[in-house]
Amino acid sequence: MSLDLHATAPPEPRPPRARTSHRRASSATKLDLKYSPYLYVLPFFLLFAVFSAYPIVYTVWIALTDRSPLNATISFVGLDNFVELITDDPQFWNAVVNTFGMFVLSTVPQLMLALMLANALNRKLRAQTFFRMAIAMPIITSTAVVALIFSMIYAKDFGLINWLLDAVGLDPIDWRANRFASWFAISTMVDWRWVGYNALIYLAAMQSISKDMYEAAALDGASRRRQFWSITVPQLRPTIIFTLIISTIGGLQLFTEPLLFTSGSGGLSGGSEGQFQTITMYLLDVMNQRFRWGYAGAVALVLFVLIALMSTINYLLARRISSDK
Amino acid sequence: MSVPIHRRRFAAIALASAMVLTGATACGNDDDSSGGGDSGGPVTLVVDVFGDQGFGYEDLYKQYEAEHTNVKIQERGKGLGLGDYNTRLTQQITAGSGAGDVVALEEGTIVQFYAQADKFVNLADHGANDLKGNFLPWKWEQGTTPDGKVLGLGTDVGSMALCYRSDLFKAAGLPTDREQVGALWPTWDKFIEAGQKFATADKKHKFVDSATNFYNVVLMQIAGQGTGYTYYDKSNKLVIDQNPDVQAAYQLTTKMISAGLSNNLQSFSNEWNAGFKNGTFATIACPAWMTGVIKGQAGDAAAGKWDIAKAPGAGGNWGGSFLGVPKSSKHQKEAAELAKFLTSAKGQIGAYKAVGNLPSNPQALTDPAVADSTNDYFSKAPVGKIFAAGATDLKPVYLGPKNNAVRTAVENTLRAVEQGKSADEQWQAALKNGAAAGK
Repeated sequence: MSLDLHATAPPEPRPPRARTSHRRASSATKLDLKYSPYLYVLPFFLLFAVFSAYPIVYTVWIALTDRSPLNATISFVGLDNFVELITDDPQFWNAVVNTFGMFVLSTVPQLMLALMLANALNRKLRAQTFFRMAIAMPIITSTAVVALIFSMIYAKDFGLINWLLDAVGLDPIDWRANRFASWFAISTMVDWRWVGYNALIYLAAMQSISKDMYEAAALDGASRRRQFWSITVPQLRPTIIFTLIISTIGGLQLFTEPLLFTSGSGGLSGGSEGQFQTITMYLLDVMNQRFRWGYAGAVALVLFVLIALMSTINYLLARRISSDK
Repeated sequence: MSVPIHRRRFAAIALASAMVLTGATACGNDDDSSGGGDSGGPVTLVVDVFGDQGFGYEDLYKQYEAEHTNVKIQERGKGLGLGDYNTRLTQQITAGSGAGDVVALEEGTIVQFYAQADKFVNLADHGANDLKGNFLPWKWEQGTTPDGKVLGLGTDVGSMALCYRSDLFKAAGLPTDREQVGALWPTWDKFIEAGQKFATADKKHKFVDSATNFYNVVLMQIAGQGTGYTYYDKSNKLVIDQNPDVQAAYQLTTKMISAGLSNNLQSFSNEWNAGFKNGTFATIACPAWMTGVIKGQAGDAAAGKWDIAKAPGAGGNWGGSFLGVPKSSKHQKEAAELAKFLTSAKGQIGAYKAVGNLPSNPQALTDPAVADSTNDYFSKAPVGKIFAAGATDLKPVYLGPKNNAVRTAVENTLRAVEQGKSADEQWQAALKNGAAAGK
């Protein structure tokens, strides 16, 4: 863009000094014009190469080896790691089930709630800005703090929820022992943090929907509810697809919340029977506890494929939302 | 063309910043900011330790710095859990940069570094072999690789006792005098019986903090008397399904759980810490370093309520560390000297006074400062006598390279039993998950 500007800029009087070195200056200018744009974008690509491209390539390479700090030598094992992972690793598949379970359990209510919340905030309200700010607050809270507070709320012996259950005469729940209970608890942490974020995105998109449509619909006698489902949701389709893909990536990489749900030794195990061990936790377990770096590389790549697959499925599903066009 | 001058300057800035960026990624490895060389020049030594209490070396550093005016000592890692510490250290050692000049290696993880012995300074090159007599023989052996390289010098040993709440014992009608309490449980089975007696008298408190602490202590003790190894045999073969000691310890633990004695607290968790503060359990298996943990967690409010008795069964060891010098250190000679000082009798006595880590040095163990010491927090218990007596006739237990991973897998199945799952099924799961973790 800056190049175009210079090309069209009116020539200014040339300083006499430059005339003598005209040839050199112009060839330098040509070089400059040709290569300096690359130079400008170079810093990004250097950083990208060091922190993204190289690790990706290295992960692929390491996944084909038996690299471990415990082995003096590295040997190439081909696809052995992947074969073991897919055919002979119940713990990995347990982690996959957990991850998907928590993903569904958190994302569906999360996006639904966000949509409802955005719709409510889109109306004329008293203290509108306050509410809009308030729903964004959880995002600036550190995940670790959220996880620690919720862990206390869901504590077995002295937890708030169990105290409430006890107060109404119900049996306390051991939130970390029961698989579904742990999924539920972790999903509430995720949702508490991300509902507001998604609601803000939906809200922004809603405000760009033309008021004329609503007026026309109202004249035709459409109820508020009908307007919501027939105008707002279809108009939000690209935004919904965006939030779905972002939630998919985040949801399948779920890590901090389940990790900090237990404290003390053995946190990466995600419960006594791996009730809430996610794929990323398993990855670190394999890498840092069992020192199988090659195998951990294979886990990372399979996770990548799973995310790509899920994002595609979600995209295809979301495209079907009111496909009246 | 009017633009070249400022454009060129801009291009130069862009180029310069690009170079700075690439330069920034390349450095970090080879800068030797602390300067100094082999002798005389100023040297900064970094010591890496772990644990909430650290290693209790603060006074020793001051003393060493006063005697060696060219040396400055920095410590890192206090407050870091062993798991996180070891993960970081493994990465630093593998990468060949970032580790301290002197690093702590824990008993359960030092075997893992045997495979990377070439990344550590062989302390025998710095005269360590002359110090062999300064360490309990089995401690020396643990710090030495199978082919004879001295990887680390021993700091402390985790000789065992049993810590108990004498006020709760009294309320439950059990004896409170530490001799009589020790006589209550010559064996672990008797310990469980005493627990049942406690449980019928006191419904509010539990007898034991957690199954996993109980299990680890029992396993190290039984294995010390029996095969001499746990999940791995001495050729590093995974034998979790063949070693009778593992099964015996597991069965004793599930028996303890089914008697309803466990407080079901995950060790080193927030709930476990709260358990100390709220005083929810009456006993805890106590390697020497655990006394520091209890004092730190239970706090002043519980001073004088805790006491220490002899552990059921024969003596045993759990935990204890070594100090090694990675090859990445720029000051290997000075670092080796510091490691020798910190692990000397004097250094170990200093650490014992500071945080209660029991010396691995026989001279330090018989030194009055250790042998005759009492612990005010634990009702003036003669801790020196209780722990030191166990340390000298200990039999070592060999721990394999992925010991911590396998141990975690087995511990998890015990937690599942605490949560009400079938003990038989969980034993099968322990074998299966333990094998997967040790693969």
